[in-house]
Amino acid sequence: MAEVMAEFLQLAFSGLTVGAVYALVALGFTLIYNASDVINFAQGDFVMIGGMGTVFLTAAGIALPLAALIAIIGTVIVGLLLHRFAIQPARGASPVALIMITIGASIFIKGVAQVVFDKQFHSLPAFSGDTPIAIGGATILPQSLWVVGGALVLVVALYMFLEHTLLGKAVLATAANRLAARLVGINVTIVLALAFGVSAAIGAVAGVLVTPITLTRYDLGTLFALKGFAAAMVGGMGNPMGAVVGGLLIGLMEAFGAGYISSTYKDAVAFIAILVVLFFMPRGLFGGRSVERV
Amino acid sequence: MLTVEGLFSAYGRIEVLHDVSLEVAAGEIVALVGSNGAGKTTLMRTLSGVQPIRGGRITFEGATINAVPAHLRVSLGISQSPEGRQVFGPLSVEDNLRLGAYRRRDGGAQASLARIYDLFPVLREKRHLAAMGLSGGQQQMLAIGRALMAAPKLLLLDEPSLGLAPVLIDQIIDAIVTLKGEGMTILLVEQNASTALAIADRGYVLETGRIAFQGTGAFLLGHPKVREAYLGA
Ligand SMILES: Nc1ncnc2c1ncn2[C@@H]1O[C@H](COP(=O)(O)OP(=O)(O)O)[C@@H](O)[C@H]1O
Ligand SMILES: [Mg+2]
Repeated sequence: MAEVMAEFLQLAFSGLTVGAVYALVALGFTLIYNASDVINFAQGDFVMIGGMGTVFLTAAGIALPLAALIAIIGTVIVGLLLHRFAIQPARGASPVALIMITIGASIFIKGVAQVVFDKQFHSLPAFSGDTPIAIGGATILPQSLWVVGGALVLVVALYMFLEHTLLGKAVLATAANRLAARLVGINVTIVLALAFGVSAAIGAVAGVLVTPITLTRYDLGTLFALKGFAAAMVGGMGNPMGAVVGGLLIGLMEAFGAGYISSTYKDAVAFIAILVVLFFMPRGLFGGRSVERV
Repeated sequence: MLTVEGLFSAYGRIEVLHDVSLEVAAGEIVALVGSNGAGKTTLMRTLSGVQPIRGGRITFEGATINAVPAHLRVSLGISQSPEGRQVFGPLSVEDNLRLGAYRRRDGGAQASLARIYDLFPVLREKRHLAAMGLSGGQQQMLAIGRALMAAPKLLLLDEPSLGLAPVLIDQIIDAIVTLKGEGMTILLVEQNASTALAIADRGYVLETGRIAFQGTGAFLLGHPKVREAYLGA
């Protein structure tokens, strides 16, 4: 009995850890989607740049905290460039065309990453060592606590920004009604750039936190983008709360699926989740934002 | 305060405004009336800078503002309550109003908020409610209140009575008259021509993108052609 419980806990810990990363990627999707109606499939590449950037900067002798900071700033710059040179010129294009643009940008980023970095898998040392912490017969890695804690801090920070600052409200207003946002004097271009910058930062932080656990490579963004997209869809595209819950849910389902059934189909879990949820609840668990624009 | 000279505006290749000229002096209510599709909303959108200008010139307080982007026109003192209210649905009533003061740097937002709540007491009552939960009339008050939060010099009102019950129309009209009493300059667009012309100092009649008639409110109300076409007389 105790063993069953311990195994359950063990799977839950690992599910929550990777789920927290999916949740962050899904939050990035949500933020950009809300502000601009763009589903940004380069979101996963932000995770990769954050992780790979930190790996190479530490390898160059820069201390980890500073390396992470530089990598995050670099990722934000990539996010801003993506907005400025790929999204903004295509203003008014159809949603499908915009998705194609972000997929193209994602391929481009991977190509550049292959050259700037390399094609190997890389890891980072765990921030607080590798000694597992025992909880209820199961163990959790200190790095998992970093991932979950970091995700929590980011979610709370994003919430505070959106709900308690005028600039955050301006982002919400732009999402709700772009015409009205312009009429009250919000510079919508700046708000959209901000959404891309913040999403990039969130992705990069996720990359820094998770790389000691999952390793990283130039093309790892695709997997994160797909999982994060699935999480956002399951939660209801455009709903921040849904993104977080969707991410954790998919992480947990993957872990339990791999533990109790088979790990062969781990990556299919996300897609089964999308299909099941959308079949019964077309707008996701938390009801996504209906796409209406004036 | 506002001068529009030979304005052209278009959606793609379809020209909607042809050579429109009008003027609004400080302290005036100027009514712009005309049937559905005449181009009234297009003119308002062009004045606010959310619709590109094809030709002509818009001058505000002596300076040409053709090239000034929408958000900076709000800073200059042009604020609009758009047709169809366009409130920020998921945001609270008070957040909608505070966003109206987005470009204000004079620290007067709190005082304006109190004044708007006095003008439309129902908004104070519902200040914590999401805007999409308001009735049409309340959303209209919110849209006007939001535009006022910018402390504008020129207030653009696009069809504030559209779709409202008569008692609410009276309430909105009273508010507009109150604002004028306080010295506000207002450009009022209405399909409901008789109400608008009755409170306006001057008016313009827009017909398929051209100014067809202009004059004082009383003159237009008495003009046989205007009466026939727009006042159902
Ligand atoms: N977004 C748009 N795209 C294309 N045509 C438009 C658009 N908005 C309005 N129009 C056209 O422009 C003309 C004027 O419309 P509008 O300015 O809304 O008139 P009004 O406000 O006087 O009813 C109409 O013929 C309308 O069909
Ligand atoms: Mg109109």
